[in-house]
Amino acid sequence: MTEPPVAARCRALVMRYPGGVAAIDGLDLDVHAGECFGLLGPNGAGKTTTVEILEGLLEPTAGDVEILGMRWSTDERRLRERLGVSLQETHLPERLTVIEALILFRSFFTKGREPEDVLRAVSLEEKRASYYEKLSGGQKQRLAVACALVGDPDLLFLDEPTTGLDPQSRLQLWDVVTEFKRAGRTVVLTTHYMEEAERLCDRVGIIDRGKLIALGSPRELIAALGGREVIEVTLGGGAIGEDRVGALSGIRGVSAVRRVAEGLALTADPLHVALPALLDHLRGAGLQLERLATRHATLEDVFVALTGRGLRD
Amino acid sequence: MRFRLFLREPSAVFWTFGFPILLSIALGIAFRNRPPEAVSIVVQAGPGADAILRELASPLIKARVQDGEAARRELRSGKVVLLIIPAAEGAARTYRYDETRPEARMARALVDDALQTAEGRLDPTPVRDERVTEPGARYIDFLLPGLVGLNLMSSSMWGIGYMIVDLRTKKLVKRLVATPMRRGDFLLSFVLMRAVFLLVEVPLLFAFGWVVFGVRVVGSPLLLMGLAMLGSLAFAGLGLLVASRARNTQTVGGLMNLVMMPMFIGSGVFFSTSNFPDGMQPLLRVLPLTALNDGLRAVTNAGAGPSQVAFAAVVLAVWAAVSFAAALRLFRWR
Repeated sequence: MTEPPVAARCRALVMRYPGGVAAIDGLDLDVHAGECFGLLGPNGAGKTTTVEILEGLLEPTAGDVEILGMRWSTDERRLRERLGVSLQETHLPERLTVIEALILFRSFFTKGREPEDVLRAVSLEEKRASYYEKLSGGQKQRLAVACALVGDPDLLFLDEPTTGLDPQSRLQLWDVVTEFKRAGRTVVLTTHYMEEAERLCDRVGIIDRGKLIALGSPRELIAALGGREVIEVTLGGGAIGEDRVGALSGIRGVSAVRRVAEGLALTADPLHVALPALLDHLRGAGLQLERLATRHATLEDVFVALTGRGLRD
Repeated sequence: MRFRLFLREPSAVFWTFGFPILLSIALGIAFRNRPPEAVSIVVQAGPGADAILRELASPLIKARVQDGEAARRELRSGKVVLLIIPAAEGAARTYRYDETRPEARMARALVDDALQTAEGRLDPTPVRDERVTEPGARYIDFLLPGLVGLNLMSSSMWGIGYMIVDLRTKKLVKRLVATPMRRGDFLLSFVLMRAVFLLVEVPLLFAFGWVVFGVRVVGSPLLLMGLAMLGSLAFAGLGLLVASRARNTQTVGGLMNLVMMPMFIGSGVFFSTSNFPDGMQPLLRVLPLTALNDGLRAVTNAGAGPSQVAFAAVVLAVWAAVSFAAALRLFRWR
């Protein structure tokens, strides 16, 4: 069977909650088959709403949704068989054991993977007979993902799978996702962790206030900043005037300057050209340099550059 | 079938088994066989008071003499149910009591009877008392099937209502909807779960009634279980319906009470429904708990056969079907 090239598609999606503003305001999205697509954005940007509409759990106010070439209105049952879903928060019954949960979820699907097999995939073999209430946050989350995997889905939705997890649990979950993707399946995940998106996602869409404000591979988005390096400087001697900011952005190799909490952040490429030029400029202007740091640009910088706000604001 | 786990797992439901036992124990304390209780009355001090006291010597009457003011106070505060004001020979004796209190009316009849007999009244027809304590006609025989019905109602409704709302607040309902699970199966699983518990609950209560009070099931136990099953399905359906929209446990609790209270009172658990006005009878008869109680009683005490409880069975089946269908339609799947 040939996979449709587009695993999930939505057009002119609008979601308006009663009495409220639009949570999603005209969203167009294509998720390609076989890719890992990340939806990024601050809390309340509309990530979860978007995902739940794609999952067929919410009815959009307007717009068109197509999943695996099918529509929720006509093919709900067939679609459910091929989707794996992990919600942002799900509590299984406290006294359900890990393996029982998997058997239960497996029983909903006409075909799927062996529960024992999935158990191994998420490294929960040792917790096989433990009650749900005895699991750690990371284990619960891995079980939630396992419940999504047990139906052997073609398309996997993960809503903030690693929020609130410790770094090690997060790494384990990333492995699970990478493994799933390696089998040629499609993943849609939401996150507000930039490293996660950069690590896992082939493409990301950045959502803010219900609108898609950027779309592309993490590398492309960062490149679009005009530079892959960021120089952060803190200057002595009081407030920095607009003319100074203007002068700094004229330095060779510097593509953008913006104000951050502790001073200025300059997007630069290549670094070995921009940095000496910056130092020369500061010396020439008689400015005291209190702190200087350089780092690679991240999706966080992309978001800040696009909205003027931090991701976790 | 898919819901084996649902039936088996939520161990919170195990208290369902504890409840009937506790209920029965409480009952056992309340309905120990005791001698009929004596009525307390007071005689106002004055000429003739002591003579009255003598005439009232009976194990069923506890009488004392008190001063006028003190006697009236005891009557007002309810310490005694009847005040006798003695009168001179030939004049009318006064009984003072509250007519709306059954004990007071009973005391009046007892006292008057005792005094008139002692003072020389002759009964035109001799009577012979035959006291009924044989199994099948006592209050406990009436009460036990009613309590079984009540227990089926409350455990079905609370058990299901709370569980569903709990699953909903945990977003588990939403998670399950995201699978290819059939929604009807999900609701049906709760109904089936109740049916399974019932197989333990009902025999337990009847066994207790038999061992402790000697309440015997005259009719067919199979028919009894069948009725209990139908009743359980009806209440499971109602429980689902009540829980179908509620978002939190407070809401569902309020709704439960709203639905159960009328049946608690009107369905003949503790006293017969015939105490209600005739105009209300048809309404009461189609309440699920009334139907269940009537059916259970008919089988337990009168040994009714299938044809005699057909009406009750139909009422219950209709409730079960209608409430389940309505719940499926109204259910909030998020």
